[in-house]
Amino acid sequence: MPETTYIDAITQAMSEEMARDERVFLIGEDVGVYGGAFKTSYGLIDKYGAERVIDTPISEIAIIGAASGAAIMGMRPIAEMQFIDFITCGYDILVNFASVSRYLFGRACPIVVRGPAGGGTHGGPYHSLNPEAMFMNRPGLKIVAPATAYDAKGLLKAAIRDDDPVLYIEHKYLYRRIKDEVPDEDYIVPLGKAAIRRKGKDLTIITWGAMLYVALDAAAELEKEGVSAEVIDLRSIIPFDEEAILESVAKTNRVIILHEAPLTGGAGAEFAARIADKAFDYLDAPIKRVAALDVPTPYSPPLEAFVLPNKDKVLAAARELLVY
Amino acid sequence: MTIETHGLTRDQLLDIEYYLRLTRSLEERVVALFRQAKVIGGLYRSLGQEGESVAAAYALDYKQGDVVQPLIRNVGSILVAGAKPADILRQYMAKGNSPTRGRELNIHFGNPQTDGFIGQISMLGDMIPVMAGITLAGRMQKKKLVGLAFIGDGGSSTGAFWEGMNFASVQRLPLVVVIEDNGYAYSTPTWKQSAVRTLADKAYAFGCAGETVDGNDVLAVYDATKRAVERAREGGGVTLLEVKTFRMKGHAEHDNQAYVPKELIEEWKVKDPVARFERLLLENGFATQDDITAIEQRVKREIDAATDEAEASPMPTPSDAALGLFAGDGYWDA
Repeated sequence: MPETTYIDAITQAMSEEMARDERVFLIGEDVGVYGGAFKTSYGLIDKYGAERVIDTPISEIAIIGAASGAAIMGMRPIAEMQFIDFITCGYDILVNFASVSRYLFGRACPIVVRGPAGGGTHGGPYHSLNPEAMFMNRPGLKIVAPATAYDAKGLLKAAIRDDDPVLYIEHKYLYRRIKDEVPDEDYIVPLGKAAIRRKGKDLTIITWGAMLYVALDAAAELEKEGVSAEVIDLRSIIPFDEEAILESVAKTNRVIILHEAPLTGGAGAEFAARIADKAFDYLDAPIKRVAALDVPTPYSPPLEAFVLPNKDKVLAAARELLVY
Repeated sequence: MTIETHGLTRDQLLDIEYYLRLTRSLEERVVALFRQAKVIGGLYRSLGQEGESVAAAYALDYKQGDVVQPLIRNVGSILVAGAKPADILRQYMAKGNSPTRGRELNIHFGNPQTDGFIGQISMLGDMIPVMAGITLAGRMQKKKLVGLAFIGDGGSSTGAFWEGMNFASVQRLPLVVVIEDNGYAYSTPTWKQSAVRTLADKAYAFGCAGETVDGNDVLAVYDATKRAVERAREGGGVTLLEVKTFRMKGHAEHDNQAYVPKELIEEWKVKDPVARFERLLLENGFATQDDITAIEQRVKREIDAATDEAEASPMPTPSDAALGLFAGDGYWDA
């Protein structure tokens, strides 16, 4: 199987879906002639034309709103946020129109909103957002966050084919750093299914997105100390694979939830609550969360590094759990 | 015949009269039901604005897939598009077999693919980008459909309105936006809302066509909308059509509009669009008093039947509230 970068996997997914289904189109800022700020849509306008690769004004409300309007007419739009941070500009129309279209009106609104998220790239406070928790408390939107190239492609294809709106959070730190085997033949990664990236028996690390690699580094370090850590890549935040979480906790009895977004009100709080509710008897120690500090992501590398989670923070949490 | 009817036949003029009467009487019925506590949620009247709502929507061709998007004071427009009075009453009465099955209220409903209309959401301005998307999809699907969106003096202050208008204009989408200046957005007068001379001037910012018309003149609104719709259908892009009218009731039923000068209400009372249209029909020999009485009686019969139907409808099953968020549980297929 060919090795493909995470970003190429995204481009391939869009291109193949546009070839497969003429209802699929891409709409966003600089996605056409320029090929996207990160070149995620490079070449698509040549293949599919300006009618299906639509350059827009700087208007996130119009991008998400027009995508939603087209979706309820039977189209399958992909709306790109140039940086996922700018989804806040279109938050209203996404949560109040697209996400509720089926529940309130019985109208399918199958849009995908995708864009580069996350820190570690010195993007500063307006180019480093991890938005999942902002949307978890607004029912009606599915949320996915791939960590591998294989998943980036398979989850995006699944999101495009899904009959409901999906927020697809791609981590820009991974765009060109991550490369793995992606098959030539068509496949999808189903929404709502976690992947166990490393088997273990002493403790579980639940994570997603770029933090997967932090978790794997920490697990490798722990192994040297004779500790066997299981790493779960959630892949989908909504719906999430509760079964995979509970099964792992029942086996390891210790759990760390690791995410890049700030701690308070983060997605980890929800998973921790589910574990406390449904697997309390299996726990040998408190549920630990490792997350960003509760501050906006600062620009300067030493500040950013201090704020974001890293291997040492995970190791510190693991050691606390192991001696509890 | 002494006046210009812009191609409308006598039958069509009487059809418009029917929709004007239906709109007004249906709302009066909703008020009665509200007072009997059978209508649970908010009630927003379109008294004084029925003329422009009906006339603008009458300029569309629903057989071609045209879509109208009303605001809360445009119930007349969806009646023209084919909404059933019984469905509107079920919506207001929170019934389980209302179009939204009790999940949303009033005229917030409709599917642009099947109904010819799509109700608004409460965040004003959001429907302009959505209508841009609907017309964009129509163009991609090689349909010749035109979208007609209503926005108010207040709604035209929102960022969503500006983004949607700008995008639609850049794309030259087949969209007609009727911007109603009805004097007040809740309690805020238009002059506190926008500093433009008149709301149609906002068209300059988008590079689209703009026009202002007397919103209480049914034929003038029909004519201006029809021209805009034809232009849109032929690829001429967006029109911002301002209709000057007046909100004769408060924002909602609880609001006695004490902030509106009495003289203003008196002034607009004599401009009532329905009475004015009926005078026009009678004075120009399009209708006799008997014709108008017959329409009144037909409307009353239909609304009585719709009320019976709505009142006999069941409330929703409580546990259904957990269903139908996503595809897959089959809730909306049944």
